[in-house]
Amino acid sequence: MSAFRFEPSSLPAETATLRQEIRAFLAEFSADWTASARAQSWDGFDPQFSRQMGARGWIGMTWPKRYGGSERSALERYVVLEEMLFAGAPVSFHWIADRQSGPLLLRFGSERQRCDILPRIARGELCFCIGLSEPDAGSDVANIRTRARQVDGGWRVTGSKLWTTNAHRAQYMIGLFRTAGDPSDRHAELSQFLVDLSRPGITVRPIRDLSGGEHFNEVVFEDALLPADALIGRAGEGWQQAMAELAYERSGPERFLSSIRALIELIRVLGPEASEEAAALIGRLTAQLVTLRNMSISVAGMLEAKRDPAIEAAVVKDLGGSFEQSLPEVIQAFAGLDLDAERGSDLQQVMAHLTLVVPSFSLRGGTREILRGIIARGLGLR
Amino acid sequence: MSETAAILAQMVDRLFTDHVDAALLAAAAQGRWPSELWRLAEEQGLTTVLVPEARGGMGASFHEVCVIASVCGRHRVPVPLPETMAAGWLLAGAGLDVPAGPLSLGGANRDDDLRLQRAGTQWRLSGSAHRVPWGRMAGSLVLAVEQADALLIVRAPREGCTVDHGSNVAGECRDTLRFTDHPVEVGPWPAGAAGNPVMMIGALMRSGQMAGALADILERSVSYANDRKQFGRAIGKQQVIQQYLAVLAAEAAAVDVAAEAAFIAADAGNAEFLVAAAKTRAGTAVAPAVGIVHQVHGAIGFTLEHPLHWSTRRLMSWRSEFGSDRHWAVVLGRRILDLGADGFWPYLTAV
Repeated sequence: MSAFRFEPSSLPAETATLRQEIRAFLAEFSADWTASARAQSWDGFDPQFSRQMGARGWIGMTWPKRYGGSERSALERYVVLEEMLFAGAPVSFHWIADRQSGPLLLRFGSERQRCDILPRIARGELCFCIGLSEPDAGSDVANIRTRARQVDGGWRVTGSKLWTTNAHRAQYMIGLFRTAGDPSDRHAELSQFLVDLSRPGITVRPIRDLSGGEHFNEVVFEDALLPADALIGRAGEGWQQAMAELAYERSGPERFLSSIRALIELIRVLGPEASEEAAALIGRLTAQLVTLRNMSISVAGMLEAKRDPAIEAAVVKDLGGSFEQSLPEVIQAFAGLDLDAERGSDLQQVMAHLTLVVPSFSLRGGTREILRGIIARGLGLR
Repeated sequence: MSETAAILAQMVDRLFTDHVDAALLAAAAQGRWPSELWRLAEEQGLTTVLVPEARGGMGASFHEVCVIASVCGRHRVPVPLPETMAAGWLLAGAGLDVPAGPLSLGGANRDDDLRLQRAGTQWRLSGSAHRVPWGRMAGSLVLAVEQADALLIVRAPREGCTVDHGSNVAGECRDTLRFTDHPVEVGPWPAGAAGNPVMMIGALMRSGQMAGALADILERSVSYANDRKQFGRAIGKQQVIQQYLAVLAAEAAAVDVAAEAAFIAADAGNAEFLVAAAKTRAGTAVAPAVGIVHQVHGAIGFTLEHPLHWSTRRLMSWRSEFGSDRHWAVVLGRRILDLGADGFWPYLTAV
């Protein structure tokens, strides 16, 4: 009867060895990471660290070897992701490329695009951004106005993208542009492009978020010329291609581990002699964490089995986003901390950062309302 | 789902679809025993599904039985089938015979004060077991008692004890059984297992039942939202209703995943942590889920006549049976705090 089902999956025994390798690697690299740096989670940016991961085969690890991958399973990749996130490793440089851009090119890209781009992503040399939202296309992504017009020698792009994470430090964007018709055509006539952001006519302007951080951007295209082979897949099928990758974007452990540093530091402060009230709080959070982890592993298992867990992924992101968003609030209601990002204790610094950034957790990657709409449709409503 | 689990699922679903209806639920809530339903469940071997084949049972795994617990919850089955399956497993594990007929679990309530004494070769039980599920109908009560550092499984026949009738807020029998020098059978529980096995398996079964009850109220609510028209259209077309039901679906899915993980862990013999997580997660889901389905159903769902309450009242009750979410959250939290900030993650990723 159910519209979806989380088939149980478990991590194969051989992932234990991989996990030990990752922990040894992290022990070596993390010595001087502060708690507040770790609290940046997958916003933490360090190209050198990404290269180190690439050298160990931990980026693009499920891809074919001929494209620089390691042909390992989605469940092994899951282990890499969760260990990096738990440690608060600075993975932002390669995160989007590993999670979405690479798999997209692998599935829809030309052989030339794949050979040119994928090995460099896998080595940790490329940072990608995704050009989806626009000033008039937020949750209503199908309202995209940015146009790519076919001309001699390629495509001319005019328009602007907004809230584009990492555009200011990425070499490439996967952009979704309108190649025919107008916004009233909605999902039709959209196409995906591999955009080299160093080309003329493309201006990137960082937008500071309320925490003072620079993560997202406005990207303006002023008649920018893209080569003919910048098109990914087929013209007019950009929407379907872009949506096909959302199960990857929405189900990973980054959808519930973004605030984990606050829980870690709270456990450290409480210690084994904590009150029963404190134990109950930690227990409730643990029950949610363990369950979300099993749900996320289940989706990884379904991806590995080449199934399409789109609704399950939306469930993980919705529940996970609510969990990681509520975590600082639950801790604050319990501990009543002064938020001090500079001189506070580790817990205070972590809480100061997370309290500021958690409002974005139910916005990024599809708002809570959009996700719940997808789940509702899966239930047979609408 | 394994083949055995799929067959079991189909079998119990058909049995309960055919035999559990509003009239049966109403009669059971008045204390009437649904003897035909029980006879059929026994005949199909469901009561001894967790008893090894060598002892006359089906020898199914916990993972396979997960679906039975869930279907019991989904159909609001008013007989102690989960308790009897659990009691059979406990008795067999302690080397005791498993009697026919309904069985129940005791010693799982915080007010219980059960003491075991040995007189020669005969063990005797004294004290009270509170809120025993279907206690007045159970042939025997199965409980665990710690005695000189060893854990003993006790089978106490109901015959000869005093029974005070009671019920939970869902109208399910929850009786107090009082024993005075009551002759019982006793068997040793394997050493090394953590926690009280009665509490654990009881909480495990309730988690599975709660997952099933949540699936039931989700299905009812989606169907109601698609049928019920207000302002000229189905209320399910309204975004706010869709958003509520998406939240409910996510809660139901989480409880289902948590419960199934606990049943899988029970097969591996390291269930305590995941049972604690499952019962805590299930308990946490009750208030939001029940709130949403009653909001979606409106006034009709608040009537005794409408079938929704058979599930929502059970969820309210089950939340605190075999350990509340508060109880299990403390168990879980203590474990995590003992492991510490640097130890809990290696543990979580290994269970």
